[in-house]
Amino acid sequence: MSTVEIVEVRGKVEKEHPMEKLLRMDRIPHIWCPTCGIGTAVKAFATALEQLEIDYNNVAVVSGIGCTGRVAGYMKLDSFHTTHGRAVPFAVGLAIAKPKMKVVVFSGDGDLISIGGNHFIHTARRNVDITVICVNNFIYAMTGGQVAPTTPILANSSTTPYGTFEYPFNLPLLAASSGAVYVARWTALHVRRLTNAFAEALQKRGFSFVEVIAPCSTLYARRNKLGDGLNLMKFYHDNSIIKHGADPREVDIGFQEKIVVGKFVDIEKPTYLDCLNDGYKRVFGDAYKVYGEEDE
Amino acid sequence: MTKIKTVKADPRDVLTGEHYLDGNHASAEGGIAAGCKFFGGYPITPSTEIAERISQRFPKVGGIFIQMEDEMASMNAILGASWGGVKSMTCTSGPGFSLMMENFGLGIMLETPCVLVNVQRGGPSTGLPTLPGQADMMQARWGSHGDYEVIALCPDSPQESFELTIHAFNLSERYRIPVFVMTDECVGHMTEKVVIPGAEEIDLVPRRYTDKSPEEYWPYIPEKDLVPLMPPVGKGYKFHITGLTHDYRGYPVINAEVQEKCVRRLMDKIIKNAKDIIWIEEKDIEGAEVVLLSYGITSRVVQPAIEKAKKEGIKVGQIRLVTVWPFPEERVRELASKIGAYVMVEMNYGQVYYEVERCAAGKCKTVLVPHAGGTVHNPEDVYVAIKEAVK
Repeated sequence: MSTVEIVEVRGKVEKEHPMEKLLRMDRIPHIWCPTCGIGTAVKAFATALEQLEIDYNNVAVVSGIGCTGRVAGYMKLDSFHTTHGRAVPFAVGLAIAKPKMKVVVFSGDGDLISIGGNHFIHTARRNVDITVICVNNFIYAMTGGQVAPTTPILANSSTTPYGTFEYPFNLPLLAASSGAVYVARWTALHVRRLTNAFAEALQKRGFSFVEVIAPCSTLYARRNKLGDGLNLMKFYHDNSIIKHGADPREVDIGFQEKIVVGKFVDIEKPTYLDCLNDGYKRVFGDAYKVYGEEDE
Repeated sequence: MTKIKTVKADPRDVLTGEHYLDGNHASAEGGIAAGCKFFGGYPITPSTEIAERISQRFPKVGGIFIQMEDEMASMNAILGASWGGVKSMTCTSGPGFSLMMENFGLGIMLETPCVLVNVQRGGPSTGLPTLPGQADMMQARWGSHGDYEVIALCPDSPQESFELTIHAFNLSERYRIPVFVMTDECVGHMTEKVVIPGAEEIDLVPRRYTDKSPEEYWPYIPEKDLVPLMPPVGKGYKFHITGLTHDYRGYPVINAEVQEKCVRRLMDKIIKNAKDIIWIEEKDIEGAEVVLLSYGITSRVVQPAIEKAKKEGIKVGQIRLVTVWPFPEERVRELASKIGAYVMVEMNYGQVYYEVERCAAGKCKTVLVPHAGGTVHNPEDVYVAIKEAVK
């Protein structure tokens, strides 16, 4: 690339971000580190919304706490930054109150799966109509790199300074076995496929789940001597195996081992409110007024 | 003062008539009459009958009852539903109340209208699941971290459980705050006549929505009464709210200046409107030598003791705290210089008593009649305390 071209590209960027209508530009620059994967996930999500041509007024983002917890604050949508681990139950209340709204939980692995783990499995079990996006960087990044329930065995963290010796969760298996109707995993390298997965998840009725394996070069990579952002992308490139329909039981992630990515679950199942409405209709007959059908 | 519009209750939600109900069922009916359409809860003795009644009634009135996986989830779900524009409530007791504290704080910070009924039992920890206590009063006041003000109502009967639950919804919408109904096992499980009036006699405060356009709206610019108006979700406001310290835009700002502004207003919207919120019932205060303070079931338990003392010529006045929080400190302070003593009767080892002692500020004697819970006070102990107070 010549110098002239670089100037031109920079000029364009300064003019307008391609996702400007979906971002709170008055809050940019964001807090994420250079080479962090969260920005990529946000861009892919915004692109998916754009591709779907859905009414942005009808989409809400709910986040918990942590680096990914800040997503709600940057999306120009009705957005809720809740407490640690509680984005999912907040979203449950919101989704039931606004059954026609697309409610998306965008949060991190520690938030959703450790402190919020119970909410995660129960909401999948009920098949509440929400989309959960989990950016998995294998670590508690906001607090400085502590071990997470997703940290691979042997990986180093600030609270496992001699290596992690406990089993991590396999998130697609957890989601699938809890009842999710859509489960996919991609890395921050697979931007096009990730965008498609978000679009598919958003169109599903019921509990849809997308795991995004994302680099944290500041903490996870540095502590584990894995290089910089580019090295991590190269690692994803060389070690991701696309395997649609893979058995979720076989997609565990080991330390610096192969990462199976793809769409693992895509099924149809009545949602929480479908089941409730059907059940009450059976019990009360015509006297029952179907919940959530009225136009607001 | 900001003029607040009210609307009449929806007749479909109101079980007008004379009923024989326990306090828990009455509380549930109060919520339904107030237009509550979302209940997220977790079973816990002695509050469960509220959830059971709601689960039975909601399908018939267009509400959604969901038994959540725990109390943290319950509290968050009612916040989410409230932001979705639906009036919401939960109920709990002791251990569940502790678990709700985290996100009660979120409700305070986001300024979310909703109602939390705590049917108090004996504590600490698992304590006395089936027996009464009033030992969560200070937890209601200070149980979540940080500085804030709260509103807590204490019904003394099933009838009042119905009425105060409606009132709690009105206050929550009026001041954009989660409101506590602090009842107890006795009131919750006591069955009495409950008269539910016609819907046309029930005034409700509807959601205070902004009339500004999305372009000119920010979520935390307060009205004159220090309460900001809410945005409707899904209508293009694209608002952001956060549990972090935030500015008028709802954006997180982590510094001392914004913290002062943010926290100060959260407190002031209650402190400066306290006169409108505080609800106390006074009796025989004129010329009283001793004033007995109580709330909830205890207000009824003390009556024989007061009668006995009066028969002996002791001039006993009464203050029943219908709202315990905000505490009627001005009134308690003012009376302290006119009377000989305050006698505080509560089913704990001294909680609201410390407020009485603080406001009396040495101007009169203060006597506590404590009780660890498990049963109500023996009126004789209260009588002895009154005698002691006038010595």
